[in-house]
Amino acid sequence: MQQRTPIEEQIDLPFIESLRISFQSLKIRFGRSIITTAGITLGIAFLVSVWTNNEIGVALQESGRQSTINTFEETTEQGISTKDIWLIVMSLIVCVVGIANSMLMAVTERFREIGTMKCLGALDGFVVRLFLLESGFQGFSGALIGALIGTLGAVLLGLKDYGLDLFFYFPLLPAQPENGPMQLGVIIVILLGCILGMILAVIGSSFPAWRAAKLPPAEAMRTEV
Amino acid sequence: MNDIVVKTEDVVKEYRMGSNILRALDGINIEIERGEYISLMGPSGSGKSTLFNMIGALDRPTEGQVYIDGQNMSQLSQRQIAAFRCHRVGYIFQSYNLLHVRSAHGNVTLPMIFAGISEKERNQKAEKLLDMVGLGDRMYHLPDELSGGQRQRVAIARALANDPSIVLADEPTANLDTITGREIIDLIKRLNTEQGVTVISATHDLKMLDVSDRIVDIRDGLVERIRNRDEIEIEVGEVGGEGE
Repeated sequence: MQQRTPIEEQIDLPFIESLRISFQSLKIRFGRSIITTAGITLGIAFLVSVWTNNEIGVALQESGRQSTINTFEETTEQGISTKDIWLIVMSLIVCVVGIANSMLMAVTERFREIGTMKCLGALDGFVVRLFLLESGFQGFSGALIGALIGTLGAVLLGLKDYGLDLFFYFPLLPAQPENGPMQLGVIIVILLGCILGMILAVIGSSFPAWRAAKLPPAEAMRTEV
Repeated sequence: MNDIVVKTEDVVKEYRMGSNILRALDGINIEIERGEYISLMGPSGSGKSTLFNMIGALDRPTEGQVYIDGQNMSQLSQRQIAAFRCHRVGYIFQSYNLLHVRSAHGNVTLPMIFAGISEKERNQKAEKLLDMVGLGDRMYHLPDELSGGQRQRVAIARALANDPSIVLADEPTANLDTITGREIIDLIKRLNTEQGVTVISATHDLKMLDVSDRIVDIRDGLVERIRNRDEIEIEVGEVGGEGE
């Protein structure tokens, strides 16, 4: 058999191409992207609202104000009730499971697309990078919207409980009361919510995308959802 | 000396289905010459699509070797395999496998993006290829807005984007009506005769056999026989394009 020209190595694509392809993909499947993003938004909104609500409660309690409704009967010495901790942990779990699930579904239904891209010459790393970019953007925007919705919800609840006092003692920035636990402040809670949403979305999407990209294209294209 | 472009040596492929092992290919040896139009024929489950995947580096054989252009495919790095899929082979699938989020034009340019071709050049090439397959006026439509025949034309244009020397077509006419199927076959045959592209097609469409140089009958994961075109009689008109 004749030896033809040796097979060269596939080149890496410039980052801007990946960015362009992933944004185009998000734009065209806008409806589907919105649903996935909504999953992230809901998870983070729940978490941030519970968390912020707790921050508000602690801040107002520190200031000596008391809820007109809550009497803080369960409040521990540290200022956070076990019920609140329980709520935050639960909302965190709901958030993690919800986001991981919606990202996993969004990637699994695209296995065929991954296989096809590999047929056309995409490197495994390129496929993963596309999903990383897409999910990072979805995660951040979804989480930011969710965090704002959650904060708004907590503020409305706070208004109901504490009236306008809320705004005088609003725990916007981190604070360290003399004899109380460190307070993160609402801004940090929002920021943590955004980072958490983005990290969860990226992990939830890149891990299955990486697994799909490692498969031989024939197998990826065979996968039925 | 014959110019062999594809050679398989005792290719075996096994799939694990739970506790059972399914032997889809049971030691396949074939040689395909440059510029040939080869049809791999066999009933569903005969292993022809599996063999197609092995030749196109879309799957790895369990045992045996596949040589393309004299290169042992199992010795290539991931990057070389990606480059091989990008430059040397064009794939056409039964279910088109177009990316739904990209227009016809976007689908055709994608392999050229992977090949690092400049935007201007790839746009020109995509327009030329889509014109050639008769879709010059529907270039910016999404695949969902195109008929089955038109989608397959986009897939053909995409397969040719990086001037491959081999076109692999897996049942390209199976989802199409007789007339559209005929048009697609004519288009693929034209590539073969006019551009010298080696065509390897898995099919059980008798219309495809009519244009083939050789027909490889696959049964139970083995090559049953290899026939030259002139050894078989096909009366395409009478059969009317029914697959089996």
